[in-house]
Amino acid sequence: MKSDRRLKDSHREKRIYVFRTFIAFVFVMLLTSALVYRLYDLQIVNNQHFQTLSDKNRMQLESIAPNRGLIYDRNGILLADNQPVFSVTITPENTKSIEKTIGAIQDIISLSPGQIKRFNKRLKRTRRPFQSVVLKSKLTEQEIARIEVRRHQLQGVNIKAELARHYPFGMDTAHSIGYVGRINEKELGKVDEVNYSATNYIGKLGVERFYEAELHGQVGFQKVETNASNRVLRVLDRTPPVPGINLILHLDTRLQKKASELLGTRRGAVVAIDPRSGGILALVSAPSFDPNAFVTGIDYQSYAALRDSLDLPLFNRAIKGQYPPGSTIKPIIGFGGLDSKVANREFSIWDDGKYQLKNDERIYRDWKRRGHGRINLDSAITQSCDIYFYDLAFKLGVDQMSKYLGYFGFGHNLAVDISEARAGILPTREWKRALKGRAWYPGDSLNLGIGQGFMLATPLQLATATAVIANRGQWVSPVLLKSVADDQGKPKLEAKVAMRYREVESKGLEVENPEDMEFVVQAMSNVMHSKKGTARRSGSRSKYKMAGKTGTAQVVGIKQGEKYDAEALDERHRDHALFVGFAPMNDPKIAVAVIVENGGGGSTTAAPIARALFDAWLLDYGELYPGGGVE
Amino acid sequence: MNQQDFIRQMPGAESHLHGGTGLAYRLHLDPILLALLLILCAAGLVILYSASGQSMVNVEKQLVRFGLAFVVMFIFAQLDPIVYRRWSPWLFLLGVLALVCVLLFGTGAKGAQRWLHIPGLPRFQPSEFMKLVVPMMVAWFLSSRYLPPSFKAVLGALVIIFVPVLLILKQPDLGTSILIAAAGIFVLMFSGVRWRLVAGFGVLVASLAPVMWMFVMRDYQKQRVLTFLNPESDPLGSGWNIIQSKTAIGSGGMWGKGWLEGTQSQLDFLPESHTDFIIAVCAEEFGFMGVLALLFLYLLIVFRGLIIALNAQDSYGRILAGSLVMTFFIYVFVNIGMVTGILPVVGVPLPLVSYGGTSAVTLMAAFGVLMSIHTHKKMLSR
Repeated sequence: MKSDRRLKDSHREKRIYVFRTFIAFVFVMLLTSALVYRLYDLQIVNNQHFQTLSDKNRMQLESIAPNRGLIYDRNGILLADNQPVFSVTITPENTKSIEKTIGAIQDIISLSPGQIKRFNKRLKRTRRPFQSVVLKSKLTEQEIARIEVRRHQLQGVNIKAELARHYPFGMDTAHSIGYVGRINEKELGKVDEVNYSATNYIGKLGVERFYEAELHGQVGFQKVETNASNRVLRVLDRTPPVPGINLILHLDTRLQKKASELLGTRRGAVVAIDPRSGGILALVSAPSFDPNAFVTGIDYQSYAALRDSLDLPLFNRAIKGQYPPGSTIKPIIGFGGLDSKVANREFSIWDDGKYQLKNDERIYRDWKRRGHGRINLDSAITQSCDIYFYDLAFKLGVDQMSKYLGYFGFGHNLAVDISEARAGILPTREWKRALKGRAWYPGDSLNLGIGQGFMLATPLQLATATAVIANRGQWVSPVLLKSVADDQGKPKLEAKVAMRYREVESKGLEVENPEDMEFVVQAMSNVMHSKKGTARRSGSRSKYKMAGKTGTAQVVGIKQGEKYDAEALDERHRDHALFVGFAPMNDPKIAVAVIVENGGGGSTTAAPIARALFDAWLLDYGELYPGGGVE
Repeated sequence: MNQQDFIRQMPGAESHLHGGTGLAYRLHLDPILLALLLILCAAGLVILYSASGQSMVNVEKQLVRFGLAFVVMFIFAQLDPIVYRRWSPWLFLLGVLALVCVLLFGTGAKGAQRWLHIPGLPRFQPSEFMKLVVPMMVAWFLSSRYLPPSFKAVLGALVIIFVPVLLILKQPDLGTSILIAAAGIFVLMFSGVRWRLVAGFGVLVASLAPVMWMFVMRDYQKQRVLTFLNPESDPLGSGWNIIQSKTAIGSGGMWGKGWLEGTQSQLDFLPESHTDFIIAVCAEEFGFMGVLALLFLYLLIVFRGLIIALNAQDSYGRILAGSLVMTFFIYVFVNIGMVTGILPVVGVPLPLVSYGGTSAVTLMAAFGVLMSIHTHKKMLSR
C-alpha cells in the first residue's frame, strides 16, 4: 500500500484521541439531554393529555338498552311483552375464514341466499373490531341445539340473545296496539341519540308508536375496561337502565277477540267504546296481519303478499277507513231538527217513496220502493225512512246539519291517543267551494241528510258519536290508555300519562231540552225493539234494552230509474253494511260501531255483530249489574 | 511538555483503574463494567416480565440468552486484541461474503432477507456479525496509517464502511445499517479525521438524502419516515405504534403507574411492547424517574467504556473501543428517540432490555472485546 509514509506519532494520536473523547462525551451528554427533555415534555408537561388518551383507550362507555314497557289490557292480560330471541352471529376477527364458517353453519341449519347476502352487507358496514355480525335471527330451539353441539368446531360463532317484542294475541290486536320494528335511519334522526344508543326497536304504529316515549324507558350505561382487541375485562361503573312504563289499556281482549271472530273472514271494522270514560274496549279491523312478523324484520315476499292483497290487511279500517255513514247519522239529524225547532216530534209527512225538489227534475227515492206512508220523526228513525230525512235536511240546510254533526265529533280526529286516525269529511258550503269549486246545492243537503254524498266518517268516529248520544249529548273523547301499571301489571294510581294526550277540541253540546235527546234515543230503541224496527231481529229476546241505528252505504252510485239488486252486483260493488248502537239504553255501558264492507244491509250483517258484542259485554262478562236496566 | 506529563501519568492511571492483579483481572474482566451490565440485564428482565404480559416464558428464554451472551463476552475477553487486529481483514472479507450470500440465498420474514442458513450451523444474521467487524476493520485500516488520516485514507475507510452498509440496506434492514455506519464513522472520528472532512462529508450526506429517498429506500421505509413526520395522518395504521407509545410514556408521569400496572402495555394497546418499544413500558410503569434511572445506568456504562478506551495501549484498541462504546450509546439514543417520537421508527432494540437474543449476544461480544482491550495491556508490555 502506497499510503502515507510519514512516521506515526503516537503522542499526537493520543492527544487527538483525548480531545475526540471529550467531544464524544459532549455529544453523549447533548443527545442524552435531548432525550431527557423529550421525556420531560411527554411525562411531566403533557402528562394530563396522555393520561386522558390512555384512559380513552382502555375505558369505554357501553349503553344498556332499557326493557320496553309492557302493555296490558283492562283485565291485566298481557298484550305486548318482551321475549328473548336468539340469533347466530359471527365475529370475523375470531374466524379463520368467514366463507368456510358460513359453509359449516349451512351444514347444520338452513340459510337462505338472502340471509347470506344481508350478512355480507352488514359485514361491510363500519364496526368496531371484534364486534359480532348477525347471520340469522329468530332461531328455533332445534337450531340453537344443533349449533351448540358443534360450537367447538365453529370458531367465532356465537348465539346472541336479545329481547324482542312479542304480541301473544298476534292478529287480534295488530290494529289496536300496533307494533315495533327495527329502528331505521330516518327514525334515528328524530329520537334522542343518547337514549336510543342501545335500542334496536321503535314503535312503528298504534299504541307502540304513540306512547313510544313512555314505553321506551331510559338508557343505562356501564363503563368497562377493554383491551386493545375490545374484549371487556371488567365493569368499572354502572348506571342501570330505567325500564319503560307499563301501560294498561281500556281494551278488553275477550271483546276484541269476540269482535274479530264475529267479523270472521269478512272485511270490516268494529269499534266499541265505554261511553262513560271514552275508553276504547275493542278496536278491530279485518282482515288483520301478524304483527310479530314485523318485529325482527319481515321477509320481502311475505310483506309483498300483505301489501298487494286486495283485502288490504295492513289497512286499519277502524281508524283510517272513511265510509259514507249512511242512515246511521239519522238520529243526529233528527235531533238537530228538534233542537233547532225546525221540526217537532209530531210533525209528519206522507211518504210515497219519492221526493222531489222544486225546479229539479231529479227524483230522490226511498230505499223502500213504495214508501212508508204517513211517517213522523220517531217512525222515520225506527224504519229509517229516507223521504222524511230528505224533507228535514232540506229544511235544516247544510249549515245546521254540519253544526250538529260537528257536535258529535265528525270532521275531526278527536281521539286523544290515536294520532293516525283520519278525520273523515264533514261537508260545509266552504268545504265544497274550496275543494270542488262549486256552490252548495239543495240536492247536496238531501244526500247529507241520509249520510250519503260527500260525507265520510271512520268507524271510530261513528262509535264516538254513538257514545255521545248514549251520554245524551255530553262529549267524551275516545282513548286507549287507561292507566299505567307497576311491575306486576297492577294499576298505579298516579297516572300522569294524560299529559301526553293529543290536544283535541271538546265537542258535544248543552242539550236545552233533554226530552228531545231522550226522544231520539227512544226512537233508536224502537229500531231494536219495535215491530217495525229495522234491527228488530237483532234486538229481540234481550234481557236489557238497547238503542241502535242501521245504515247502508252505497259503494256505486245507482242511476236514475235503476233498481238496486244485490244479487246481480259484483261482491265488491255491494253496499257496505253499518250499525251503530249502545246498551243498556238507560245506563249505557258500551257503544259500538260496526261496518262490514260490501256486507249488503246494515240490519242483516252489521246489527247481529253489535248484538253479540252487547250480550258478551253486558251478560257474559258481567258488566251489567243486577237491576241496571234489565227488563 | 504536556505530552510528557501525559505519558508519565499513564502507568499509574492504569493500575488505579483495573486494580492490579485481582481475580477479575486474571479472568480478563472489568468488574465495574461487568457489575453495571449485570444490573442492566436484571432491570431488563424485570421490565420484560411486565412487557410480555406477565409471562415467565419470555423471561426464562431471555435469561438463557443472557447466559449465552455472558459466555460469549467471557470468551471474547480472553482473546488478545492482537488477534482481533490480525484477523480484522479476514473477518471483514468473510462478513461481506456472507452478506452477499444473504442477498442471494437468505431467508427471512416480512419481505426482508436477513438470515443465512448454512447446513450444520445454527442460522445467523451476518449483519449482526458486521456490527463488530466493521469497526474492527476500519480501526485496522486506519491505525496502521499516519493519524489523523489523510483524505485518501478517509476515502478508503468510507468504502470499507459503505460496502457492507449498502449490502445490509438491500436486505433491507435500515436499523442495522444505521448502527454499522455509525460504528464505522465513530472509528473515523476517534482516529482524528479533520473537521473540514467531517463538514464536507456532512454536506455530501445531506445532498445524498434525496437520492436515497428516490432510489434506495423501500416503500415501507419511506412510510416510516412519513409516519414519523405526521403520525396522526394514519392513527389506526402505521401511526398507531408511535401514538400508542407516546401515550404510554406520557401517561406514566413522574413516578409511573407501578410495575405490572401500566394500562397501555398490560391491555395490549402498545404494540411490540416487549421488543423495540419496551422503553415505553418502563416509562409507563416507572415514570420519568424510572427512565432517568435507566438512562443513568446506560450513561455509566458508556462513561466506563470511554475511560477504558482512553486507557487503551495502542491506536487500534483505542479507536475500536471508543467506537464500540459510542455505537452502544447510539443504540440507546436511536431506540428511545424513535419510541418517544423524535426519530423515525427504525428497527433498533433497546440494548439488553428488549427481548431478543441476537443483539444481546453481539452487544456482549463487543463488551468482551472492550474488556480484552482493557486487560491485555500489561501482558503486552511485558
